[in-house]
Amino acid sequence: MSGNSTYNPSNGFTRWLDERLPIMRLGHDTAVSYPVPKNLNYWWTFGGILTFMLVAQIITGVVLAMHYVPTTALAFASVEHIMRDVNYGWVLRYTHANGASMFFIAVYIHMFRGLYYGSYKAPREILWILGCLIYLLMMATAFFGYVLPWGQMSFWGATVITNLFGAIPLVGQSVATWLWGGFAIGDPTINRFFSLHYLFPFLIFGVVILHIWALHVTGQNNPAGVEVKNKEQDTVPFTPYATVKDAFGLSVFLIMFAYFVFYAPNSLGDVENYTQANSLKTPLHIVPEWYLLPFYAILRAVPSKLGGVILMFGAIAILFVLPWLDTSKVRSARFRPLYKQFFWLFLVVCLVLGWCGGQMPDNVLFSVGGVDIIVTHLARVLTFYYFFHFIVLFPLLGLIERPKPLPESIAASVLGGKTAAAKA
Amino acid sequence: MADIHAVEPTRRDFLYVATGAFAAIGAGAAVWPLIDQMNPDASVLALASIELDIGAVPVGQEITVKWRGKPVFVRHRTEAEVAAADAVDITELKDPQTDDQRLMAGPDGKLEKQWLILVGICTHLGCVPLAYKGEYDGYFCPCHGSVYDTSGRIRKGPAPTNLEVPPYQFVSDTKIKIG
Repeated sequence: MSGNSTYNPSNGFTRWLDERLPIMRLGHDTAVSYPVPKNLNYWWTFGGILTFMLVAQIITGVVLAMHYVPTTALAFASVEHIMRDVNYGWVLRYTHANGASMFFIAVYIHMFRGLYYGSYKAPREILWILGCLIYLLMMATAFFGYVLPWGQMSFWGATVITNLFGAIPLVGQSVATWLWGGFAIGDPTINRFFSLHYLFPFLIFGVVILHIWALHVTGQNNPAGVEVKNKEQDTVPFTPYATVKDAFGLSVFLIMFAYFVFYAPNSLGDVENYTQANSLKTPLHIVPEWYLLPFYAILRAVPSKLGGVILMFGAIAILFVLPWLDTSKVRSARFRPLYKQFFWLFLVVCLVLGWCGGQMPDNVLFSVGGVDIIVTHLARVLTFYYFFHFIVLFPLLGLIERPKPLPESIAASVLGGKTAAAKA
Repeated sequence: MADIHAVEPTRRDFLYVATGAFAAIGAGAAVWPLIDQMNPDASVLALASIELDIGAVPVGQEITVKWRGKPVFVRHRTEAEVAAADAVDITELKDPQTDDQRLMAGPDGKLEKQWLILVGICTHLGCVPLAYKGEYDGYFCPCHGSVYDTSGRIRKGPAPTNLEVPPYQFVSDTKIKIG
């Protein structure tokens, strides 16, 4: 898709610049003349939304760092200082804290979009892997950030997560001590987490550039899942078509974001985190932020420390090899009647796993013949399905499924809606 | 590489390998301080031991003190708790240890069976277990449901090992030094 540049410097300065640093050309080719499939739907606006969220998080974060103090004695008080004393501190902090949740909502939609339309398949494997890497970095960044307010959940969440490394045979305890810089979470820990929380978004930014680069090499996937064959018929220029669509999608997204910031700023957080960290008292119920709950459920579902840790990280690691697990040649679930059903089942499984992660593990769901079925049992079944979906269904469905006929081209799928079998 | 078919390594090959090896050692030496700076520093290591008067803890109660930033349980066990801990068949345990192996002798050389000193950190993922809770009336971890007995041994749940016994000694009948 990275065809010839159509950039035309319009005046003396831009001509002079273009011969020395063709940055205007890069911008033009990337965001103006870049051809996008003309059938993209609103699920494709989340890339732009995510870019916006990354920038918003970096800006609010840099500003918050001007007022925050990363020590165990002052961290909690400095966050309250931001909320009460700093001019507009409350809106900056609420934007940053809820921004993290919005970032994850957007990334999950973006990822499930990719799963539904087969965006990870050849030739977009690297694009997908870079996305997985961004997701991993996002989770690490969110984790570091959650520790900084030094509330009870900050402290105990950090304790649980850093102790995961203690499950590594032989060197586990040394690794945990190395992460803490002491024998428990303390001053050295919060200080380094602050440093890393500041660094990681810029790592994400770097990988995002690679992600967009890879995207512009292969071109976007699209709801029909067929490649662009004729640039004239199948694509439209990024500006104004995608720009305006992205802007509209972003506006709607920002309305939801604003609702949370202004009307329900603490609804996604845990009240426990408004109690200062106390290393002698564990809260009765430790839960991570909502976006990590499915993985937390997997961790708790396994009755072995090392096994739980392996499955939890495995649940993320398996995403990286997905392009080679899926044997189907058809990308879009529109033309995959079987996969489509399992896709929705998988989505439900992930949501219910998340629900399990937020419950007390011993809560009884129902009783059958005197036997109590508890949350842990449900989580085990769902954990099994999670891996079954990747390891068994993805390879198997491609072999046994009979896909519907694909549209001849993107143009045909758009224009032939009344006649073609392409209509989903 | 014109000499790719050469059988004998040349002086140049030797120089390549030697230079590469030296560069690798140099890079390792440069990176090590960047990694090791994250380990506990001298000021953290200096706070290694505390002395504690335990005479005021009544039978059947427990206090929690802080040592190296971690909670330490000092439990004055009842006769019944000691008996329950002793009666366990250790072959049934996940992390087999007798009660006696988890205790220290007093200044007179006799085992202080009524004093149980533990690091109050669940060996699963580091939460602080609740005392006098759980099936064995020992400890119960609220995070992921590990159950410990009155000797702090793991009996049920995901924790892999018994609650850790910190290094300590009896300075006198009612005084201990932890660390």
